[in-house]
Amino acid sequence: MGKTMYEKIWDRHLVHEEKGQPGILYIDLHLVHEVTSPQAFEGLRVSGRKVRRPDLTFATMDHSIPTLNRSFPFKDEVAQKQVEALDKNCRDFEIELYDLNSRNQGIVHVIAPELGLTQPGQTIVCGDSHTSTHGAFGALAFGIGTSEVEHVLATQTLKQYKSKTLAINIEGELPQGTTAKDLILSMIGKFGHDFATGYVMEYRGDAIKKLSMEERMTVCNMSIEMGARAGLIEPDETTFHYIKGRQFAPKEEEWEAAIQDWKQLYSDADASFDEVVTFNAEEVTPKVTWGTNPGQVAGITEKVPSPEELPEDQQLAARKALDYIGLKPGTRIDETPVDVVFIGSCTNSRIEDLRKAAEIVNGYKVAENVRALVVPGSYQVKKQAEQEGLSDIFTEAGFEWREAGCSMCLGMNEDIVQPGERCASTSNRNFEGRQGRKARTHLVSPEMAAAAAIEGKFTDVRNWNVKKIEGIRQ
Amino acid sequence: MIKPFDSHTGKVVPLDAANVDTDAIIPKQFLKRIQKTGFGQFLFYDWRFEDGKENEDFILNKPEYKDASILLARKNFGCGSSREHAPWALEDYGFRVIIAPSFADIFYNNSFKNGILPISLENEQINYLFQQAEDPEYQLSIDLKNQTVKGSDGFSASFEIDDYRKWMLMKGLDEIGSTLINENEIGQYEKQHKIYYTSSRS
Repeated sequence: MGKTMYEKIWDRHLVHEEKGQPGILYIDLHLVHEVTSPQAFEGLRVSGRKVRRPDLTFATMDHSIPTLNRSFPFKDEVAQKQVEALDKNCRDFEIELYDLNSRNQGIVHVIAPELGLTQPGQTIVCGDSHTSTHGAFGALAFGIGTSEVEHVLATQTLKQYKSKTLAINIEGELPQGTTAKDLILSMIGKFGHDFATGYVMEYRGDAIKKLSMEERMTVCNMSIEMGARAGLIEPDETTFHYIKGRQFAPKEEEWEAAIQDWKQLYSDADASFDEVVTFNAEEVTPKVTWGTNPGQVAGITEKVPSPEELPEDQQLAARKALDYIGLKPGTRIDETPVDVVFIGSCTNSRIEDLRKAAEIVNGYKVAENVRALVVPGSYQVKKQAEQEGLSDIFTEAGFEWREAGCSMCLGMNEDIVQPGERCASTSNRNFEGRQGRKARTHLVSPEMAAAAAIEGKFTDVRNWNVKKIEGIRQ
Repeated sequence: MIKPFDSHTGKVVPLDAANVDTDAIIPKQFLKRIQKTGFGQFLFYDWRFEDGKENEDFILNKPEYKDASILLARKNFGCGSSREHAPWALEDYGFRVIIAPSFADIFYNNSFKNGILPISLENEQINYLFQQAEDPEYQLSIDLKNQTVKGSDGFSASFEIDDYRKWMLMKGLDEIGSTLINENEIGQYEKQHKIYYTSSRS
């Protein structure tokens, strides 16, 4: 019997196995940020332990930092203390830190791929649920709590139970005018917000193979929004091409060896998954969430559903969601106005996302009464977008152009959606209060967010009159 | 140190909501603290408080439920962010047991590391408990060793838990210490294990 990709990676990293106990799994890459790590470092100090492999640990600052003026003192003293704590912890424990002055700073799930740290076949963890992003490279990557952060710091391993496996076979092609974000939102809508709990899921099929590396990251990023432990995509030429030449990519002879190694990372034809489902990509349309979890989603040409139309076990949640989000059943999605537009987050803040959004924005102005901001995923994305002239397109249209960070995805800094405001957001969670107390979040693709900013309401981006960007410096 | 968990008897507060996410359990503005303690005051903050005042309609604020130590909820409890601040807040507030039809993966793991026992029961059992817990005096007794939940009305159910987590929780053991028993094997593994990016480190 063959093995799934997940089983191959698991077997390669299993240090110790004992009956009746979780296995000890080796961790190749540990990413650290300021919010979920201070208590872990404190735990090490209290018990007199060291970081076992500082050379496999990388830290950055992203969650609570300002995206306007980043020099000390911060307006938010508590956030500054947290950033200072990370700085001290990294110095004390000799961990590489990409701080606010570093050219490598950015959202943790943007910078690791960008630097070439994320590679196929690795085990990658971070105290952040969107670590699933790195699964796009065929790496087993998942979020952990702070106790486990401390465990990895101290032992470079985790005690893990083997997950069940789930294959999602995606048939057909994504229709013109739809995106990777629409694909993943459609799948969460179809299968449900907790469908994959306890599973490691593998996205398969031609529609996935045709996606760029950055689009694959968008898909895997939101695996956790289906409850999955991790999402995986088989590495291929797209993956290798993306990694090649990056700072931490293997060089010369080692590159060849690595490629041969990575080519073994596929699920064998006779491998068996615990669960197999299919999804038809042809069904995908531009999506907008209408509720307070990512599975509560509709197409742009649809209407806000009536809770009574939904399966019985979803009705109570739908009623509560509509009450919070302030929409009536039957409201047309494309007549729903927005107050705020946020383009950013570990889901959609990479250079391709910004290019696609800029293409929509070019030659237009942000609607009156709409506050729109673009927060690049990393310093490097920001610089590249500035070189390509994308930042000019955004600012000339009336967008704010910010420094890299998580920003309004979770509103830990001052980038908050005000109570009752409606936000078109390229992030990953539309939970109550996520972007601010009583803030109303609608998850969309970068293209849909850009169009909403211009129109002041959700708009079908498939009908957009794109004004070609002249003299783009890509 | 984790509080060892053997058995627990307490009142039950019914929180009738599915997909309770960790953003709701502990909103982001409270994640900037660098200690593990003192999060209980911020538990379910946006539901418990309205303009700084207690929201009287929220179930946790009803005086008759204030000393409950068992939280009853609907499916997919603890979904979303990996923040361990969620179990820190629940534990600090006074909860030791959470009963729901299902839990999100990361939250489930995090709970055990903080002396909280998450128990999954069948939907019918949960529905029954929601009815019973309308009486704030209703109590449940959890016996971890025998894996049972018993009610003051004669309700009785058994629950699943793997032996390792059960043992760790009953002893209040530190998992790092238990892993380091195998430290030599970790060292042996490292000698043969290839991580490509380490060659490119300056």
